[in-house]
Amino acid sequence: MIKFFLMVNKQGQTRLSRYYEHVEINKRTMLEAEVIKNCLSRSKDECSFIEYKDFKLVYRQYAALFIVVGIDQTENEMAVYELIHNFVEVLDKYFSRVSELDIMFNLDRVHIILDEMVLNGCIVETNRNRILAPLFVLDKVAEG
Amino acid sequence: MPAVSKGDGMRGLAVFISDIRNCKSKEAEIKRINKELANIRSKFKGDKALDGYSKKKYVCKLLFIFLLGHDIDFGHMEAVNLLSSNRYTEKQIGYLFISVLVNSNSELIRLINNAIKNDLASRNPTFMGLALHCIANVGSREMAEAFAGEIPKILVAGDTMDSVKQSAALCLLRLYRTSPDLVPMGDWTSRVVHLLNDQHLGVVTAATSLITTLAQKNPEEFKTSVSLAVSRLSRIVTSASTDLQDYTYYFVPAPWLSVKLLRLLQCYPPPEDPAVRGRLTECLETILNKAQEPPKSKKVQHSNAKNAVLFEAISLIIHHDSEPNLLVRACNQLGQFLQHRETNLRYLALESMCTLASSEFSHEAVKTHIETVINALKTERDVSVRQRAVDLLYAMCDRSNAQQIVAEMLNYLETADYSIREEIVLKVAILAEKYAVDYTWYVDTILNLIRIAGDYVSEEVWYRVIQIVINRDDVQGYAAKTVFEALQAPACHENLVKVGGYILGEFGNLIAGDPRSSPLIQFNLLHSKFHLCSVPTRALLLSTYIKFVNLFPEIKTTIQDVLRSDSQLKNADVELQQRAVEYLRLSTIASTDILATVLEEMPPFPERESSILAKLKKKKGPGTVTDLEEIKKERSSDMNGSAEPATVVVSLKSTPSPSADLLGLGAAPATNSAPPPSSSGNLLVDVFSDSPSAVAPLAPGSDDNFARFVCKNNGVLFENQLLQIGLKSEFRQNLGRMFIFYGNKTSTQFLNFTPTVICSDDLQSNILKCTMLDGGAQVQQVVNIECVSDFMEAPILNIQFRYGGTFQNLSVKLPITLNKFFQPTEMSSQDFFQRWKQLSNPKQEVQNIFKAKHPMDAEITKAKIIGFGSALLEEVDPNPANFVGAGIIHTKTTQIGCLLRLEPNLQAQSTEEGKRLSPSEQLVLESQVVAV
Repeated sequence: MIKFFLMVNKQGQTRLSRYYEHVEINKRTMLEAEVIKNCLSRSKDECSFIEYKDFKLVYRQYAALFIVVGIDQTENEMAVYELIHNFVEVLDKYFSRVSELDIMFNLDRVHIILDEMVLNGCIVETNRNRILAPLFVLDKVAEG
Repeated sequence: MPAVSKGDGMRGLAVFISDIRNCKSKEAEIKRINKELANIRSKFKGDKALDGYSKKKYVCKLLFIFLLGHDIDFGHMEAVNLLSSNRYTEKQIGYLFISVLVNSNSELIRLINNAIKNDLASRNPTFMGLALHCIANVGSREMAEAFAGEIPKILVAGDTMDSVKQSAALCLLRLYRTSPDLVPMGDWTSRVVHLLNDQHLGVVTAATSLITTLAQKNPEEFKTSVSLAVSRLSRIVTSASTDLQDYTYYFVPAPWLSVKLLRLLQCYPPPEDPAVRGRLTECLETILNKAQEPPKSKKVQHSNAKNAVLFEAISLIIHHDSEPNLLVRACNQLGQFLQHRETNLRYLALESMCTLASSEFSHEAVKTHIETVINALKTERDVSVRQRAVDLLYAMCDRSNAQQIVAEMLNYLETADYSIREEIVLKVAILAEKYAVDYTWYVDTILNLIRIAGDYVSEEVWYRVIQIVINRDDVQGYAAKTVFEALQAPACHENLVKVGGYILGEFGNLIAGDPRSSPLIQFNLLHSKFHLCSVPTRALLLSTYIKFVNLFPEIKTTIQDVLRSDSQLKNADVELQQRAVEYLRLSTIASTDILATVLEEMPPFPERESSILAKLKKKKGPGTVTDLEEIKKERSSDMNGSAEPATVVVSLKSTPSPSADLLGLGAAPATNSAPPPSSSGNLLVDVFSDSPSAVAPLAPGSDDNFARFVCKNNGVLFENQLLQIGLKSEFRQNLGRMFIFYGNKTSTQFLNFTPTVICSDDLQSNILKCTMLDGGAQVQQVVNIECVSDFMEAPILNIQFRYGGTFQNLSVKLPITLNKFFQPTEMSSQDFFQRWKQLSNPKQEVQNIFKAKHPMDAEITKAKIIGFGSALLEEVDPNPANFVGAGIIHTKTTQIGCLLRLEPNLQAQSTEEGKRLSPSEQLVLESQVVAV
């Protein structure tokens, strides 16, 4: 099961956080700070999986932005690693060349995308067109 | 700003976010946020009704502020209002806020449920989707109560849209996880299984997650999913890369779904039907073959997705552990990955191979990669990869390669990361012992361990080497010679001094014939280390010296001179002083015969499970050290024993603790064997006197704390302005030990500080005399507990002291309850109910119905039952809502089996039945505390 999904930049600022198990707010900030510290301290030739407490972190870096996913031992690390990339490609398609700013200013939409892909800690949809379908409906309503 | 914000950009929100971005410091950011919070608060409180757009904008801002790590304690109501909006954008923000910020026990759930109900009934698929997402993400008990009946229907209805089905599947999964009792299996289960055949791969993906979880708990009900999963997998694996259209990811057909299907199959043994089995084997072979084919794309995404499926297939092969051919192929594939340039693959290959090593079919194949793994240990730059390499070496070790592996691990230890040193030390120690053909090798290895990583060698390790040397006389001479040589090093680790001291004290005579290690040289060598060592080591060395007096009478006077010196006889440490005085006296007055008897060689230690192994298991968690022989202790239980009369005999003994004598209060606290000040015989208590014989009534609030300790062993028992009492206790069978910590919270000294343990008349207890407790200081008291027979009353701890001239007297109940002597017992459903029925005598059964004080959470209840001490037996009771436990109460005289059932009913009342008298009466009382 996926426990949380984070986007944090190199300065340690959280840009997106989604927890699939309840975590207290003060614990969240601590966890996010520790997670990013862990990722930053690693070099390119170290692996993308970190054992952290009783779960594993799977992370990828895109420019200055880290996407970190916390998983338990029932998940396949490599599948989650590619899930991150699939998510980024979906964002890229929707925002046409996504940047950190897009994510900040359109937090609600990024959430919709993530919710379409991961629900209750499980991967639910991987097809890009279907992930974006509700958003396109939404945008049409807004224009019309 | 609108340039970056898509759709109906909310200008106010964009401005706010830009402001935050432009903040130069954390302080400025906080200031800006507080300003915004105040603004939103006033808007929400204002008289003017806000329109949907403004509400949405403010709720969005709150969401953003929450993301930055600030708690949000208002706005929930506004978010709930948004749910009933007819505009999709507003509704969506409302749901988003709720699923991010509302936890499952919020008071708003009822209102939220109402909105969800409306949206589910709306037949509008987007609204239904939002509502289902919300249930899937919040998933509280109340939501389960409201919707558990409805959702299976939505899921299997023929006319439900695909996207709604997906959400419904995950929704049901959530409700099943949080409240399994409310999601009864029914007609829908077989139809859910058939969703694996659905045309739409998104639906299959969602359904597979649901079925995997359900199948883990109800394997029989979902057995048919195996053949369906295999055929689905087979269709995916053999499809051309374009067949699955949008579900193909970089030329890999539906990789995530394949992984999930392979996971689902891991809930079951290999299929029995030969046709299904054949088809599955074909699938797995195809997946292995594909790994060898030239890639269809140079993109790393292609190979990653392909490998995700491959690793999962290998996991399934290892799980089945039945096809030698596949196992060996899997091993070869992983072997290739061990040398891959991608670190991720090397890491995963090492991890996967570790489980492969324990299969008898592939153990030999795994061993062929030993050189690569050793090389990984030396060259990998990533500590987590090296850690995996250590694990794999440990797993692949057997008699044939133990010497090589141990040598490599020792080599690595010299440069190993501090974070994994202790674990490596334990592993080396275990392997060296387990595969020692020649015990001289074992002794060398352990001494090397101490030399290389002395700080990481725990007591268990050096105790163990001494046990082994003492138990095997063929290695004693060699051990003495080796430690003697090792001690020659000018700087050697204190642990080496300990081992050396102990071994020379026992077996120094075996090497004394050699003039280079004559008695005097041995003694001088050890004594040259003496002054650099800590107190416990010096104490050990003093014992070695007195042993030398017996072994080597010729150096007796030298040793006596050392013992007699001021630095020993007048040592500030009482332990050292006492040893010096007693040993000196012993050596002076005892005859040679008596000395020889008193200081005889240590008798062999009883053989038992290596404490090192226990430590590694503890460190790595149970179940991870599987390849070593597991010692299963079958506990004999007497379920039909006769009922004991309920006499209360708990004997308590308190031992003076080292920290108490460090306070240096008078002589070493004498173990006072006088009976405790008993108040029972003296009813006339002079209220004006502050005589310590008057025992105070129980301190207010202490009963609450007492209840909390029923299921746990550590914590704060009592606290007021002056004093804090903390507890740490451990129990095993009928014995227990409790550490009581008294902390003086004031800055003033407590005088005449007298803690007393009072049990009923039959109890013996000893008192720790401790006359002063300095301001801010803490003292510790150890109480040894033995449960002689079952009992009802917990002992009372009475504490009396003077604080600033006033006499303080307080009493608290010590949380020693019968369930502490509970040992969990596993048993099958059949055994359980057979025994349950046998215990039909009314004296053997207690039932109690009580109202739950809190909403029942299954996980919390389970944790409590385990904390209570009994085993939690899952899947024993036919009603999944019930909780069932079993265990044995150990007393000195008898062992009493106890069975318990907790039957919550829908009105959240609880019924608890305990069987087996007489202790059960009290157990039920305690378990009420558990169940609320």
